[in-house]
Amino acid sequence: MTDPVVQVAGLRYRYPDGTLALDGVDFRLEKGETVAVLGPNGSGKSTFVLHLNGLLQGEGTVSVCGMRIGHETLTPVRRKVGLVFQDPDEQLFMPSVLEDVAFGLLNSGLKPEEALPKARHFLRLVGMDHAGEKAPYHLSGGEKQRVAIAGVLAMQPEILVLDEPTTFLDPPGQRDLLALLRSLPQAMIVVTHNTLFAESLAARAVFFERGKIVGEGTPRELLDCFNWSLPGPSRGQPPPAAGSSGQSRL
Amino acid sequence: MHHVVLERWSRGTSIIHRRDPRAKIIALVAFLAAVATTPDSCAPFRLPAYAALPLAAILAARLPLGGVAARAAVVLPFCGVFVVFSLVAGETQRAAALLEKSYLSALAALAVAATTPVARFLAGLEALGAPRFLLWVIQFLHRYLFVTSEQAQHMRQAAASRGAGGGFRFRSWRLRAASSAIAVLFARSYRRAEATYRAMLSRGFQGRIQLLYELSPDWGDALLVVLGIAVSIGLRVAMVLPA
Amino acid sequence: MHIPDGFLSPAILAATGAASAGGVYWMSRRAQGEIEESRAPLLGVMGAFVFAAQMINFPVGAGTTGHLLGGALLAFTLGPAPAVVTMTAILAVQALVFQDGGVLALGANVFNMAIAGVLGGYLLYRLLGGSRSRGIAVFTGASASVMVCAVLALAELRLSGVPMPPALLGVSMGLFAVNAVLEGAVTVGVIQALARLNPGFVKESAAPLRRPVLAAVALAAVFLASVGVWFASEAPDGLESLADKLGIGGRARAILAAPLPGYDAAWFGNAAVNKAVAGVLGAGLAFAAVLLLGRILFRKKAA
Repeated sequence: MTDPVVQVAGLRYRYPDGTLALDGVDFRLEKGETVAVLGPNGSGKSTFVLHLNGLLQGEGTVSVCGMRIGHETLTPVRRKVGLVFQDPDEQLFMPSVLEDVAFGLLNSGLKPEEALPKARHFLRLVGMDHAGEKAPYHLSGGEKQRVAIAGVLAMQPEILVLDEPTTFLDPPGQRDLLALLRSLPQAMIVVTHNTLFAESLAARAVFFERGKIVGEGTPRELLDCFNWSLPGPSRGQPPPAAGSSGQSRL
Repeated sequence: MHHVVLERWSRGTSIIHRRDPRAKIIALVAFLAAVATTPDSCAPFRLPAYAALPLAAILAARLPLGGVAARAAVVLPFCGVFVVFSLVAGETQRAAALLEKSYLSALAALAVAATTPVARFLAGLEALGAPRFLLWVIQFLHRYLFVTSEQAQHMRQAAASRGAGGGFRFRSWRLRAASSAIAVLFARSYRRAEATYRAMLSRGFQGRIQLLYELSPDWGDALLVVLGIAVSIGLRVAMVLPA
Repeated sequence: MHIPDGFLSPAILAATGAASAGGVYWMSRRAQGEIEESRAPLLGVMGAFVFAAQMINFPVGAGTTGHLLGGALLAFTLGPAPAVVTMTAILAVQALVFQDGGVLALGANVFNMAIAGVLGGYLLYRLLGGSRSRGIAVFTGASASVMVCAVLALAELRLSGVPMPPALLGVSMGLFAVNAVLEGAVTVGVIQALARLNPGFVKESAAPLRRPVLAAVALAAVFLASVGVWFASEAPDGLESLADKLGIGGRARAILAAPLPGYDAAWFGNAAVNKAVAGVLGAGLAFAAVLLLGRILFRKKAA
């Protein structure tokens, strides 16, 4: 068995206002694997994600490709872990699409004449090469999400972390995103409320509740176990009572 | 929305669009300085000659003349107040001069703004020595203008659909409602800024934003600067020549 | 109160432009913090917020509505130097993208609204911060910021020779006063709501100023300069003789007339030049006061 690309042990994090957001999380991600992260709002999923490239640093250890995250390893870790946030508007901050995709490349020390062809290559990869000169606010939600992913892929990360990537997408947009993500070789962690999306993308899932991972299995098993989907019209019966309740802590 | 139209115009490829932003800024400042130093006592029928320069630029840039002329009229409400002031004070000539000078200046500024994408404009300002930090603040402001305005628009619709619109009388609860709406908008914007900063850090941001486009002036840019300054001075001198 | 191009005289444009360039350069160095451009997203997004907040109208009465200016609000939340930079960015975008305010007049607009308005309002807020109610400090600071902007703008216009009949002037000052009261009321409302959402949003007003006396003097200087410029424009005789004594009047005349020999000599009559010189002096005085004020306020941070 090879070493995991992400290993998290005993991770605890308390926000400055005193809220305990993570309460002892253990987690492993193998090379090339895709894991869905499920759980109610406020259960610590997004806080967890922010620890994966050192944006937050709590107690316990987080290791990426064998490097333990700390002050000295931040730069290499952020090149290994690509984070795609929920709202692409927050991720596309440069005046044009091409400049946005090149942002990370320029930060990693490339010269503009080296960064531009690379940025174009990754725009082509996500099918957005026609939009290079456009300003982000002229794009649809799906297009913005694609550009955001291109900007992260341009860093050539080994792990891709997506926080609620389908929030601003319509079903065809979600389908396109699914096809794109399936075509990528990276190991992936996908935080989502979208149960269909989780089932189609990931073979394994973890379920967060009150800052802990309380369940692990295939997405289907977890969805059934935690009563985590809408009552489908075809079932024609009320959802079965579940063992654990998905209480929101908002 | 206004800046969307301007942005569309600015992405043209005409001979004016392709000029180095610095050349356009220098020519614009020369023109505005000529207009600003023209005495208000100058004959009001001479001032319109200044329009030659912005009109030439607008036509060469193949911008819709009517649209640009109408857009420059945003200065008129402000002018109107002081035109009335001048007329009440009996200074007809000054009233005409204020009106003409401010409209012509706005027309020239618009001719440059409508042919220069904001990012290139800022690159030009940086090359001319403006503080980098301020320029990046302007860039982020421009980027999130539309997003935040849309949020405000949604909040206004939500308030209106609960019966907050209309009415002519001052009511303190309305002021309170507006205050809390603004506070919510503030908190959301603050969170957005934090999220944006996190996204920047995630992509290796280490405190300095790199520019992608290098500016490379050519002979056309030099010609624009020379022409802009020469014509501005020429017009300025013509304003005060004895008839 | 965005002054377009075509209104201000060359002397006023030069004086306010120089004052603003220096002030903004200095403030942006203060505001950017230790890590070079890391605060640019915060200030930019908050600038977009002020733009959007200006879309939320509130009724003034008689069918008219007002909206927030926002400079004081930014100063009470982000701090004075970031507020100056953010307001400058807003004014720049308004001038370049919306043709709201002139390009050459940007210096004057920045001086009035981003520098004098913001810092004047903030200083008053800090000086009154020790009193029992934060509401009073917020209200006074925000109202004062609007009045400072309005008085400075009108003074600059008057100094540039724009006629202002007393009756109409009274009406516009009255309107500005109403706007100032509203700005104060709304800012109080927003600050209270923000303090409920997250107390960390609001800069502590009760923290004692390091040198309250100097701060008070600086504040008085700002207001005196604002009002002084105003009176100078109405009765320029005092400043005229002062300028002539210092030899500034003659030199300014020579400098301004030199590049364009065909200049209309009649326009360069004594009154106009001396009004302009009075303007330069007044603006310079106000700026010096603001610089002094900034030095006092920020010494603590820099240490």
